[in-house]
Amino acid sequence: MNIIYGLIFLMAAPFAGGIIIGMDRKISARMQSRVGPPILQPFYDVLKLFEKENIVVERSQSFFILGYLVMMAFSAALFFSGGDLLLVIFAMTLSEVFLVLGAYSAHSPFAFIGAERELILMMAFEPMILLTAGGMYLATGSFFAESIAASSMPLILLLPGVFLGLFYVMTIKLRKSPFDLSASQHTHQELVQGIMTEFSGATLGAIEIARWFETVLMLGFVYLFFGFSPLLALGAIIVLYFLELFTDNTYTRFKWPLALKSSWLAALTLGMINILVLWVYIKGGL
Amino acid sequence: MTFLRKSPWIIHYDASSCNGCDLEVIACLTPMYDVERFGVLNTGNPKHSDVLLITGSVNEQNVEVVKNIYGQMPDPKVVIAVGICATSGGVFRECYNVSGGVDKVIPVDVYVPGCAARPESIIDGLLKALAILEKKKSAMNAGRKARVKS
Repeated sequence: MNIIYGLIFLMAAPFAGGIIIGMDRKISARMQSRVGPPILQPFYDVLKLFEKENIVVERSQSFFILGYLVMMAFSAALFFSGGDLLLVIFAMTLSEVFLVLGAYSAHSPFAFIGAERELILMMAFEPMILLTAGGMYLATGSFFAESIAASSMPLILLLPGVFLGLFYVMTIKLRKSPFDLSASQHTHQELVQGIMTEFSGATLGAIEIARWFETVLMLGFVYLFFGFSPLLALGAIIVLYFLELFTDNTYTRFKWPLALKSSWLAALTLGMINILVLWVYIKGGL
Repeated sequence: MTFLRKSPWIIHYDASSCNGCDLEVIACLTPMYDVERFGVLNTGNPKHSDVLLITGSVNEQNVEVVKNIYGQMPDPKVVIAVGICATSGGVFRECYNVSGGVDKVIPVDVYVPGCAARPESIIDGLLKALAILEKKKSAMNAGRKARVKS
């Protein structure tokens, strides 16, 4: 049964992710009082990339990107089929490592600095996402996404600090300002395109598709906090994504030390204190 | 059916322009004209681009840069020479250090004259370039099939 959910997810997620990013670009454009591209633009972009010539600097780079896409799809499918959160998190980390290896293998200075920054961002992101899994385990007694989503406990009330901390670091995974320093997309291109610089054609298309999976997976984590009420969860996801967009359009890019320090500070204060309080509360209750 | 027309990503290079045409190219991206509504993105990376927008009469120092950028773009690709300097060298045509137009260095598909070229004419040139891009794609496909047969 879970495998069927996983398979359905693998088919549906790219469409959902693409449409979310299409709406993202449209709303961003409206915030800048532009008309903006059509909502289906991400699909046009990827289909176009598959029509283009694929310039490969080093043969291994296409292999690494395939690994990135497969692992990202795997971790997202695992999450949506109700799998172990810890395994999801580590599979996601592994997929990111594939992306970094792909960027390193091209021997380009821009891709190199982009890859270094991506590693730092991973370091900034990991503690908070692990604390999220830990906090959810403390509250529900399970690491499985299935049981966490099914539990009637209002996790958002038990883990408000963890939720805020996750909201802070989620900007990294959605590749939004102020944390978009590894790819430096859009018009602020101090690194050309950072980690993406040396990829073209179908390989770049694969990276885009992996990004759709990643976006859906991240929003799935938000859902877990509101598992007791799917409607409320949907509302929360929309509000949260809108706030991410708002941040993206109002903040300039952080330097890497500030990105790292502030993420760890969010994890330490919001995440740790919340979990400690919950732990004391549960111990007292027992 | 090709999606090249729906998502042309551009790279803009200033080959010793006076910045007049550059500002008009940037103006195309602003809320007034917003070319992103046609799917246009300014990538700043030749490996992600379909369209090369060049402004300015190419001088001796950036001939190699122009060739390098053109060479790094994946096929199919088109080149648009924006402004009179890029199309023919303009008033700098006779200068000792100037090539006199982009087409002396790399093949150009669309010429957009003007000093400076108007954003409307740049967008018009871009749409003309997209038709050429599609033709190049179908030629590429035909070439591939022919090679498979022989």
